Amino acid sequence: MFEKYNPINDLMLQVINNDGKVINKEFFPKLDDIQIIKAYKDMLFERTADLMTVSYQRQGRIFTYPPNYGQEAIHIASGMVIKNEDWLVPAFRELGAYLAKGATLKEIFLYFMGYEDGTVFKDANHILPISVPIASQLIHGTGLAYAAKYLNKKEVVFAYVGDGGTSEGDFHEALNFAAVWKVPVVFVVQNNQYAISTSKEDQTVSVNFAIKSVAYGMKGIKVDGNDLFAMYAALNEAHDYCSKGNGPVLIEALTYRKGAHTTSDDPTKYRDKAEEEKWEQKDPLKRLKSYLIDNKLFSEDQEKNIIDDYKKEIDRIFSEAENYEPYSLNEVFKHHYADMPQDLKNQQREHENFLKWKES
Amino acid sequence: MNIVNAINNAIDIKLNEDPNVLAFGEDVGKEGGVFRVTEGLQQKYGKQRVFDTPLGESGIAGSAVGMAIAGLRPIIEMQFSGFVYPAFNQIVSHAARMRNRTRSRYSTPIVIRMPYGGGINALEHHSESMEALFAHVPGLKVVIPSTPHDAKGLMIAAIESDDTIVFMEPKRIYRAIKQEVPEDKFSIEIGKGKIVQEGTDLTIVTYGALVREVQKAAVMAKKQGISVEIIDLRTIYPIDRDIIRDSVTKTGRVITVTESPRSFSVASEVSQIVIEEAFLNLEAPPKRVTGFDTIVPLPKGEHHYIISPEKIYYEILDTIKY
Repeated sequence: MFEKYNPINDLMLQVINNDGKVINKEFFPKLDDIQIIKAYKDMLFERTADLMTVSYQRQGRIFTYPPNYGQEAIHIASGMVIKNEDWLVPAFRELGAYLAKGATLKEIFLYFMGYEDGTVFKDANHILPISVPIASQLIHGTGLAYAAKYLNKKEVVFAYVGDGGTSEGDFHEALNFAAVWKVPVVFVVQNNQYAISTSKEDQTVSVNFAIKSVAYGMKGIKVDGNDLFAMYAALNEAHDYCSKGNGPVLIEALTYRKGAHTTSDDPTKYRDKAEEEKWEQKDPLKRLKSYLIDNKLFSEDQEKNIIDDYKKEIDRIFSEAENYEPYSLNEVFKHHYADMPQDLKNQQREHENFLKWKES
Repeated sequence: MNIVNAINNAIDIKLNEDPNVLAFGEDVGKEGGVFRVTEGLQQKYGKQRVFDTPLGESGIAGSAVGMAIAGLRPIIEMQFSGFVYPAFNQIVSHAARMRNRTRSRYSTPIVIRMPYGGGINALEHHSESMEALFAHVPGLKVVIPSTPHDAKGLMIAAIESDDTIVFMEPKRIYRAIKQEVPEDKFSIEIGKGKIVQEGTDLTIVTYGALVREVQKAAVMAKKQGISVEIIDLRTIYPIDRDIIRDSVTKTGRVITVTESPRSFSVASEVSQIVIEEAFLNLEAPPKRVTGFDTIVPLPKGEHHYIISPEKIYYEILDTIKY
C-alpha cells in the first residue's frame, strides 16, 4: 500500500466514492457486515453526541468546545484499529477515538464543563489526556514508542495532530526522532482544511502533508479521511508495519471540519457556503450509509430510531455530568507533586482561613 | 571526586540499579557530554540506555515526558542551560503539568540536567543563571548543588524522585572542588538547605558556584570581627524556609548572593521570606547581591558582572553598619 500510494505522486487512498460505491476492491478491508454496521452506528453516536454538545454549549451549560463533526470516519476507524495495549495520544478533536479507547462521554462532558477529572479517562488503558499546545503531544508519542521498544512491549502508539500542527517545530522533532529511533508510532494528520481560520495554502506549499514523511525517511500515505474503509485500511496497514519493527508512519487524513474550530469561532468569516456544500457531498456518514443501504444492511427508519435512543442516552449522561461533585479547594493543590511541599500546604491553609472568616 | 565525577557516579549507580533509568541528550553517549559528565556510561550500559539524540531540545524533553509516562526514568541533558528555551514548552506545559492534568494518574519522573552560570569565558548563551524561571513554574522542583558530595546525594535523590527535577549544575566549579565522597549510594533530601558555616552577626543565603565566593568573603569579614553564617540552599524550590528563618532570627541581618538578575529573583523571594518569618528580629533591610538586570556580557566584559568576594565583603560591611 505504502509503495503504491507514495505521497510523492500525490495519490490518495480511497475505497468508496461519494455515493458509497466500492471503487477500489484491492484495498477493501477485511471487515464483516456486523463490524461495518457497528462502525456506522459509532459514527452516528459520535455525531449525535457532538451536535448535542454544541447545543449544550449554546445553552450555557458547558464552556468552549471543539466540535468533531465531519471527521468521524478517522476517529471510528482509529478506534477499530487501536488495540487495548496500544497508546492513543490525542490532540483535542478525536472524540470517537477516545470513546472507543474506553473514555466515557461523561468524562468528555466533565472536561468541557471545567473539571480535570474529565481528561483522566481513568478506566481507559493507555490513553493520554487531551493536549492543548499544538503538536507538542506528538513528541510524547515518540517517547512512548521508544519505551515500548525498549521494554519489548507489543504496543503501537497513535498520535494525532491537525494540518496547522504540521507547521510547529515539535512536528518536525517528533517525526525525526521517531524515524531515527525507528520506533512504533503512527502520526495521524487530520487535514480538515483549516487551522482555526488559516487555510492549507497559508500553512505549507508542500503538495500534500503526507509527503513530509519522505524527508524523514519514513513511510507516509494520503488517505481519504471521510472514507471509513480507506481510513481503516491505512491505519491497519500502519499498525502492522509498526508492529513488525519497521519504524514510524505518517498518515494524512483528508477531511473537512464541518463545524467551527471551537464554539467561540465563526467560520463564515473565512469560508463560503459553496465550499461547505461541496464537502457536504463527501460527508463520511452519508457515504457509509449509502454503502450500507445499497447492500441492504441498514435503513433510514432504523437510523431514526437509533438517533432517538442515542439522544435520550446522551441527555441522561449529560445530566449525570451536570450533577458532578463540586470542585474542592484541595483538588486545586494536591496533584502538583508526589508530596505536597510545605509552601503549598501553607497557601491552602491561608485560603481556608479566609473562607472560614467569610462564612462567619 | 570533583562535581563532574560525583554526578557521573550517581548516574552510574542508578543505571546499574534500575533498568528503567535512561540517560540521553546531545553528545551524551559516545562522547559522554561536552563536559564529560556521562563519560563511559554508554560503554558500560549500552546504546539503548545512554545515547545521543538528534539535535532538538524540545524533542529530548518531550520524548522524556512520553517515556516517563510509560514507566521509565529519563535523565536528560540540556547541553547548556542557555539552550533550554526550545524545550521550555515541553517542560512547562507538560512535564510540570502532567500529574495535575491527569489527577496523579500519570507522573513525569524526569531529571533535566543543565550546566549553568558564568565565569568560564564562554560564547553568548553559555553563562546564564535562570533558576528563577523554573522555580516560578508550579509542578517543577529546582536543585543546585555546590559540592561533589551534595551533587552525588542530590542527583541520587533527583533520579529517585517521582517529580520532575530541574538539576542545574554550576559548571564554573565542575572541576574546581575535590572532596572525599563515599563510593556507596546515599541521597540528600530535596528541599533542605545546609549551614555551611555558623555565625552570629549576619546570614548569607546562597547556592551553586557562589558558595565558595561567599566563604572567601566571610574570611575577610572575620578579620574585622564579623561572624557570618552561610546557608547553601541546595534546593531552590521547594525552598527551605525553616533554615532561613532560624538563622536570621538569630543574626538579624541577611544578604542573598546569586548570579542571576536581581529583579523577580530567588534573592527577592528570600528577602520576602525573611520579612514574613523574622520581621521583628531584623536589624537591617534584607539585601540582594546579585547579577545585574542585564544580559551576561561576553568574556571581555564579564568581570563587571561576576560577583567577587570583595563585592560580597563590601556589602557585608554595608549591612553591618546600617
